[in-house]
Amino acid sequence: MTAVLSVQNLRSSVRTRAGDLEIVHGVSFDVAAGETLAVVGESGSGKSFTALSIAGLLPAGARVTSGEVVLDGQEMTTLPERLRRATRGARIGMVYQDPMSSLNPLMRIRSQVAEGLVAHGWEKDKAAARTLDVLGEVGLPSPAAIGRLYPHQLSGGMQQRVLIASAIAARPQVLIADEPTTALDVTIQQQIVDLVARLRDDYGLAVVWITHDLGVVARIADRVLVMYAGRVVEHAPTQRLFAHPEHPYTAGLLGSIPTPQDPHGSALPQIGGAPVSMSALPLGCPFHPRCPQAEQRCAIDEPPLTDRDGGQAACWVPPAQWRPA
Amino acid sequence: MASWRWFAARIAGAVLTLLGVTIVVFVVLRTIPGDAISAALGIESGTLTPAQHAALEHYYGVDKPWIAQLVSWIGQLLQGNLGVSLTSGKPVAGLIGKALPVTVELAVLAAAIGTAAGVLLGMFAGSRPGHVRDSVTQGAGLLGLAIPEFVLGTVTVTLLAEAFAYFPDTGEYVPLTESVSGNLSQMLYPALVLSVGFAANVMRTTRSEYVEVAGADFIRTARGKGLRPGRIRLAYLLRNALVPIVTLTGIQFGYLLGGTVIIEQIFALPGMGRLLFTSINDRDYPIVQSTVLVIAALFVAINLIVDVLYRVIDPRTRET
Amino acid sequence: MTALPPQAVDAGPAAAPATARRDRLLTRVWRDPNGRIGVVVMTVMIVVGVLGAAQVLGHDPIDQHPEVRLRGPSGANWFGTDQFGRDILARTAEGIATSLRVAAVSVAIACVIGSVLGITAGFFGGWLDQVVGRLIDILFAFPAILLALAVVSALGSGWQNTAIAIAVVYTPIFARVARGPTLSVATAEYIKASRVLGIPIRRVLWRHVLPNVSPPIVVQTTLALSWAILTESALSFLGLGTQPPQPSLGLMVSDARDIVSIAWWTLAFPAAAIVLAVIGLNLLGDGLRSALDPRRESP
Repeated sequence: MTAVLSVQNLRSSVRTRAGDLEIVHGVSFDVAAGETLAVVGESGSGKSFTALSIAGLLPAGARVTSGEVVLDGQEMTTLPERLRRATRGARIGMVYQDPMSSLNPLMRIRSQVAEGLVAHGWEKDKAAARTLDVLGEVGLPSPAAIGRLYPHQLSGGMQQRVLIASAIAARPQVLIADEPTTALDVTIQQQIVDLVARLRDDYGLAVVWITHDLGVVARIADRVLVMYAGRVVEHAPTQRLFAHPEHPYTAGLLGSIPTPQDPHGSALPQIGGAPVSMSALPLGCPFHPRCPQAEQRCAIDEPPLTDRDGGQAACWVPPAQWRPA
Repeated sequence: MASWRWFAARIAGAVLTLLGVTIVVFVVLRTIPGDAISAALGIESGTLTPAQHAALEHYYGVDKPWIAQLVSWIGQLLQGNLGVSLTSGKPVAGLIGKALPVTVELAVLAAAIGTAAGVLLGMFAGSRPGHVRDSVTQGAGLLGLAIPEFVLGTVTVTLLAEAFAYFPDTGEYVPLTESVSGNLSQMLYPALVLSVGFAANVMRTTRSEYVEVAGADFIRTARGKGLRPGRIRLAYLLRNALVPIVTLTGIQFGYLLGGTVIIEQIFALPGMGRLLFTSINDRDYPIVQSTVLVIAALFVAINLIVDVLYRVIDPRTRET
Repeated sequence: MTALPPQAVDAGPAAAPATARRDRLLTRVWRDPNGRIGVVVMTVMIVVGVLGAAQVLGHDPIDQHPEVRLRGPSGANWFGTDQFGRDILARTAEGIATSLRVAAVSVAIACVIGSVLGITAGFFGGWLDQVVGRLIDILFAFPAILLALAVVSALGSGWQNTAIAIAVVYTPIFARVARGPTLSVATAEYIKASRVLGIPIRRVLWRHVLPNVSPPIVVQTTLALSWAILTESALSFLGLGTQPPQPSLGLMVSDARDIVSIAWWTLAFPAAAIVLAVIGLNLLGDGLRSALDPRRESP
């Protein structure tokens, strides 16, 4: 499969009083049309920053320092802002976490969807027609009536559908969703996940779904990227990842999900310690202070990503040698 | 629709408040020691014609009990009779009719300049919070609030006289209807002085609103859609930040109407402020009473308009 | 005046820590850069005012010395002399004392009466709340300086009447500021429970209402003081406030109007005193605001 979106060795930093702090530390992945890549990690792992870097939406004071983002054969990071802006919405659509605050409270729904089209050269009446269509496609009843409403008049789930509609209205090739279901309740979450899956198939989207919820990953993702401290620590097809994780961090994440098979009254396994701070990274592997499998070498050399059983992992210790946690 | 009911309720509230205001004005002026109105009537009555004297007595119902006086006064007000001046014998309504347009024009000019300057400076400061431009602008704003009008006005008049041999505080007042340029040459400087404090307040609110809105999630969404920065600034940033700014401006305008006394004194403008001031000094209570009442009534009206405007601008307020 | 009488826009979080640790308040205010400047400026002002009231600074403020009229700042008269040969330093200092005194008296009255009204209305609710609310609305229907003028026109001039006028304007503001947090506390479940249990109201007010009401009241006080100083000097400027021969900053500016082009010091020093006091109080208010609500950053 040819990749629609290809990220190569992406590094991004943010400027602080103490100098540049690297948040994204050499991330690489590919996503093909019709494929869903899940990006998993704790808060502070750099997942959102990676997404912003890809879209060129980093805030002031942050920038991409090296690496490539290739969209459908075209490199993006070296494009001037004017051209870059043309890709947002038209070729890359983005959906974020908190739908209520992500919509302009003073604009009607239909205007907010339509303006994204108009900004990319659509004529007003074509944009209006497409707005109604896409509001229907995301499962909203009576698109015309909903279009006239203001954001605060909709529920969270409906708002998120509007945002998704807005993101795909111009038929982009890539959809980046940054924790779109985290702020919604569980039943709505399922609906949104299914909706995105359906849209992916209908539009042939390449979807990057950022989440910390492994349940969602299991449901929708073809492949999974696990991030820690701004790096990719494991990269594998979903089935394989859940069945045989190659990195202790992944194993820890999976192990902390309670299952009906767990013995009654047993303690819920956790990954000890706290997420690492990017300004105080340890030598060697960034995970080693919390890693139950850490060896001498881990504190000295940072492990590179190596091919492992249909995927990749960055760990010195193969699973065969893991001690029971 | 719910809007009409809300509107009716607000109007009813405003009328009630107006009634309360009338009573308060009445009571406050009655606390004058020794019932100075009848005392003044006695002293100044020599300048009034018998007809005017009788009209004034009828207007005040001086011999009747308090409540009756209040009721009859309200009755007179509703008929448009605002009393007769004790010093000149002229009807107060006429005096107010000449003075009000001056004050309104002054307030409108000051508000327009102050709002424009305040919004621009606020956006300027808010676009880079924490930067030098932010601190400097905020410092200037604090100064603008701290320097009293009378100081600024006096300094302005003196500077104009010294540097440009220009004396805005002499000569006849030129109404707008007579000569626009003549009028503006007299009104511009006082309006500028008044606009300083106005602008400082607007700037402060604009800045904090701008900063808050700029960090909002929907700005991120707008950028993610590929909207041009100009459009984002207008339709998203400004539009959202303006909501509280509009209400602030409206209310400040109301305050301005009631607070032109000092500037009108310094620049010799025959507005409501000056009318009030001279009549306080002359103990001309009918004028004081009616002037205060008219300004307060306008203020109540402005508050009502601001409330309606707020409801129109912000759809979130329309839910019942 | 164009400046709105400043009102603390947020009534302060009802969830603020119930204990306002007054012994560390000054430290926290000091830590805020704005607050620090405010404390310094106001301390200087108060010291100068006290010295001025004691007539210790410069020469006697009322004595006229026609032989040294309109001299600029010099070794003998640090701030120069006015058209009657009076020492401007002494007059400014005493003017500061007057301003501070009027401001303190008027704001104290407004704060006490307003807070009592607001707390009572918020706590007991019912018709009391309705009546007080209506009264507040009516008083708010007057632009501030207009109300002050109306009161002064009824009562006459002089600094006491000025103080009353300012108090009349600010009482409803304090009432409103006090009412908000009181309402939040009074409607809290545990308060309703404690009243059912018969816990004396005095105790509830002291332990729960007061700590929540104090922070916004304290901040409002500094804003009220700054407005009071501006208003007192404005009324004095108009001749409706403090009467001569008592020095007042506003009066000094008014007297200087005709001679400022030849004697800038007659205007500059009293004006600077007013500006400094207002800035100092505003910055002090900023510092207090950030000291009393740890979640807020200094603007």
